[in-house]
Amino acid sequence: MELYRSHVLVCGGTGCTSSGSPKLIERFEEQLKEKGLDKEVKVIRTGCFGLCEAGPVVIVYPEGTFYSRVKVEDVDEIVSEHLLKGRKVQRLVYVDHKTHENSVQKSLSEIGFYKQQMRVALRNCGVIDPENIDEYIAFDGYKALAKALTEMTPEQVIDEVLKSGLRGRGGAGFPTGKKWQFARASQADQKYFVCNADEGDPGAFMDRSLLEGDPHAILEAMAIGGYAIGANEGWIYVRAEYPIAVKRLEKAIEQAHEYGLLGNNIFGTDFNFDIHIRLGAGAFVCGEETALMASIEGKRGEPKPKPPFPAVKGLFESPTNINNVETLGNIAQIILKGADWFRSIGTERSTGTKVFALGGKINNTGLVEVPMGIPLRTIIEDIGGGCPNGKKFKAVQTGGPSGGCIPAQLLDTPVEYDTLTAIGAMMGSGGMIVMDEDNCMVDIARFFLDFTVDESCGKCTPCRIGTRRMLEILERITQGKGEEGDIEKLQELAESIKNSALCGLGQTAPNPVLSTIKYFRDEYEAHIREKRCPAHHCQALLNYEITDACRGCTACARKCPVNAITGTVKERHVIDQSKCIKCGSCIATCKFGAIVKK
Amino acid sequence: MEKLVKLTIDGVSVEVPAGTTVLEAAKKAGINIPTLCYLKDINQIGACRMCIVDTGARAFGAACVLPVSEGMNVKTNTPKLRAARKINLELLLSNHDKRCLDCARNQKCELQQMCIDLGVEDVDKFKGKINEYDIDDLSPSIVRNNNKCILCRRCVAACNNTQAVGVIGPMGRGFKTQIRSPWDQPLNDVACINCGQCIAACPTGALYEKDSTKAVWNLLADETKHVVVQPAPAVRAALGEEFGIPMGTSVTGKLAAALRRLGFEKVFDTDWGADLTILEEGTEFIGRLTNKGVLPMITSCSPGWIKFCETYYPDFIPNLSSCKSPHEMEGAMIKSYWAEKEGIDPKDIRVVSVMPCTAKKFEAKRPELSHNGMPDVDEVITTRELARMIKEAGIDFVNLPDEDFDPVLGESTGAGVIFGATGGVMEAALRTVYEKVTGETLKDVNFTAVRGTEGIKEATVKVGDLDVNVAVAHGTANAAKLLDSVRSGEKTYHFIEVMGCPGGCVTGGGQPIVSAQKRMECDPKQLRAAALYNEDANKPERKSHDNPSIMALYKDYLGEPNSHLAHELLHTTYTKRPKYTK
Repeated sequence: MELYRSHVLVCGGTGCTSSGSPKLIERFEEQLKEKGLDKEVKVIRTGCFGLCEAGPVVIVYPEGTFYSRVKVEDVDEIVSEHLLKGRKVQRLVYVDHKTHENSVQKSLSEIGFYKQQMRVALRNCGVIDPENIDEYIAFDGYKALAKALTEMTPEQVIDEVLKSGLRGRGGAGFPTGKKWQFARASQADQKYFVCNADEGDPGAFMDRSLLEGDPHAILEAMAIGGYAIGANEGWIYVRAEYPIAVKRLEKAIEQAHEYGLLGNNIFGTDFNFDIHIRLGAGAFVCGEETALMASIEGKRGEPKPKPPFPAVKGLFESPTNINNVETLGNIAQIILKGADWFRSIGTERSTGTKVFALGGKINNTGLVEVPMGIPLRTIIEDIGGGCPNGKKFKAVQTGGPSGGCIPAQLLDTPVEYDTLTAIGAMMGSGGMIVMDEDNCMVDIARFFLDFTVDESCGKCTPCRIGTRRMLEILERITQGKGEEGDIEKLQELAESIKNSALCGLGQTAPNPVLSTIKYFRDEYEAHIREKRCPAHHCQALLNYEITDACRGCTACARKCPVNAITGTVKERHVIDQSKCIKCGSCIATCKFGAIVKK
Repeated sequence: MEKLVKLTIDGVSVEVPAGTTVLEAAKKAGINIPTLCYLKDINQIGACRMCIVDTGARAFGAACVLPVSEGMNVKTNTPKLRAARKINLELLLSNHDKRCLDCARNQKCELQQMCIDLGVEDVDKFKGKINEYDIDDLSPSIVRNNNKCILCRRCVAACNNTQAVGVIGPMGRGFKTQIRSPWDQPLNDVACINCGQCIAACPTGALYEKDSTKAVWNLLADETKHVVVQPAPAVRAALGEEFGIPMGTSVTGKLAAALRRLGFEKVFDTDWGADLTILEEGTEFIGRLTNKGVLPMITSCSPGWIKFCETYYPDFIPNLSSCKSPHEMEGAMIKSYWAEKEGIDPKDIRVVSVMPCTAKKFEAKRPELSHNGMPDVDEVITTRELARMIKEAGIDFVNLPDEDFDPVLGESTGAGVIFGATGGVMEAALRTVYEKVTGETLKDVNFTAVRGTEGIKEATVKVGDLDVNVAVAHGTANAAKLLDSVRSGEKTYHFIEVMGCPGGCVTGGGQPIVSAQKRMECDPKQLRAAALYNEDANKPERKSHDNPSIMALYKDYLGEPNSHLAHELLHTTYTKRPKYTK
């Protein structure tokens, strides 16, 4: 093996790839060759580092220097200054949003964003080259599979997972070991082990990053699971919108076959296991396990009532176990380090870590993995760096469109399955969307419901028509046409849909509405009774007014597309509210900040 | 022995076999849980969420698909359940064309009944956007009005599973979901077999037959035309239901009386055509047997089945009997034999068929089923349409006296009557074939092995020295299964009867619609068939070749079965049809 004095790690996740990281790699390689450094410095394309907001991200080891927002033009400087002369490029070094500290003297783990994180599922993301099986193996890859196959019985494997307390990371939090137990108990010649990689929550990308950054970890976990339940065929259902993940999975399967880690007689045992990939076309409902399996079978992706549960009658009518990507990301570690180690992380009923995709009004947009039990506040303020532009935090939505809004006063709630459910939210798959004072909570509820209405499969009545009617009410409210009794009607529908919808999509669709009514009822009432949007967000409820700060420059009057602004030069202008279409062009034009939304 | 499961439903303890659904178990406990998308043996998908019950689980379960389990404690009638059911019903109403008064299913609509049962007070409670769709009425048999559709998918299940046709399904998703054919094609442009089982499955007015009553009224008003009518065997087994007469009651006499009062010049009976069919088909079969013709021979009475064969199993076209179906034979005889006898110009005759079938409307329009440019049958109305005409004419059906059909083309044997039930054509044919081949008189005319509602029935009948292997399938999915086993060589038969609809004509797509609730209580296939078998048993003649008027027909006009003239007038050809027309 060749030795290099330095490694340049360039993020190859979807975020950094779309902001140009492939070009950086190209340029680095050219430059290193030109400077004759290509035998001393190695460039590696890794999976996601998590801090997507700072992308494209480049880390130079052994120093651990963290360069953010690197452009192609910057590469020459990094090569000639840092790699050739040993001088870090100060201007490109990541600056912490919260402390404004330049991280030039710090290693990665000391940076605020990473300090409180704990990487179990994401352990290899951003560390190894995901397209190289040797790197995975060097980081103990496939060792857990070897251990399971050669030292443990299937029952012992299940027992270990059961004891670890690992619960499904896809949203519902069902104990993984129990699921495996059920599938093992089903007697059949053919069983299947399915990986649910149909990540669909808006703004969530935990599974994508894990698949892109450490695909072998998923294959290994599936093989372990297959061994445990008695399946020798695995399916990964992954969205076609994740081309990098798909490519890396395909490559990883090919490599694992070459190394004999998939296929027949793995590790010389009589265990055979193979994995197929099925691409999903992006329907949110296909993340629901029965719909997912219907889709694999080539049928319309629609849920079926349970029972029968997949463990009894699943894919192609055979007993099937289905786990989410992140759940599987923990398996190898549990087998290697033991259930007790895993239990030592997190809390009694929520063990281990959880990955979240931080998005919305937050400084450090990106991917974080934290031990369970950590307060939401730590995630949002310390790791996420709070809301940008000094705005006030208002709420955070966990669990995507199935979850609920958690208001500022509950920010010290620990991140656990049961506590989150108790306050009307849910763990969900890990989407975390932060809202600040400018967000209207009625409009947020409308936004999430709009998503579920669009993604409803249309099979059952409450979801197909009920969510649509709820959306229509919310649309009316945000347009200033709300009526007395609307809140009660929303609650009545929500309750009924939660209780009677066919699948999890419908049963959880009303959650954003219920939780916003619970914590922000005053905003609903302001919209309905006073025709006022307290966050000044709902266009139809806004009034644009000109204050005393107006100098009478006439710029706004000239810009107004409907001639709603009148006034004499050098005197305060006035907006005719009956003409104003609330387009906001006057505010954008005014140089004196004299126009306000009310 | 079956394993029994004990559970409690609303405090009532019941014991049912394992695998029973909560819906069925509740029925046993005297509780009718409301359903809309459930249709016994056809559709169990838990989609409408009307039959929700509380078992203490996180969310309510759908009783129609929820299997019972030991010690289960089910609640079906809590305030929360009643509220949720009502809301789900009101939600359905909020996207439904609520013009009930001119709806095809007014007063026979399961949605309407549910509104009564659950006490809906405000149909506009959840008023919002209503999807509006064009009505697809291009098919000669079936009209689809998606404005009335509640997306229960009973039609989809009937088309896909019962019939193995599958030309309709859910398109689009969410609020925009609708049931139709792929790529927005009208039903007439896809490989629909016109059987109308979708109509029979529909709880609302989203599916109904293409109306021909106006055309028939017009004919009846035309004094220049001799308008004659012939009802199919199965019609008499079900028409009474439209007038509140219990299912399984044969109303043959009232049927003849009602048709006469509607103004038809002659009231003939397709049972006569059925007897004629047996002579032609039986002779054809004997011919194929003795001349090493294509076997197995398959019956050709059911136009839904014929189109299915032409479309999905065209390699079996040579196996199809060349006989026209009974009402087409009868139509052909009316416009030739009868016309000649009566001295009427066939151009002035109009034949109306009353059929239990929507595919007959399509069949009547087949160009090959005509002679000298005149169709054998001019108009086809279904049993339901006839009931509407009787009501519109103010005829007091229930109190009508029993009358006979008109002579000659209205005279029939018991063999003709049982054509309406699955296995009936086979049994009728065997009665004649046996006696023709052996020259002996049958000791027992009842071939019970081919009776009953089993999807595929098989029998071996000793006819002289020959063991004749026969099979009977009803519903085209069963037909497909049977043909697959023939095609693979797994099975060898001499003679196969296929009826397009499950149960045969008695439960055809044009028959009175039986609600899902009623289907849980009784089996219309069995009850209506029993009415026909009963009529057969009481007939003086029970073998088609014993029908004196048929024998006279051959003697006076056709010569003998399968004669040249018989071939010209009573036999037809078939065409391979593409699955995709565009």
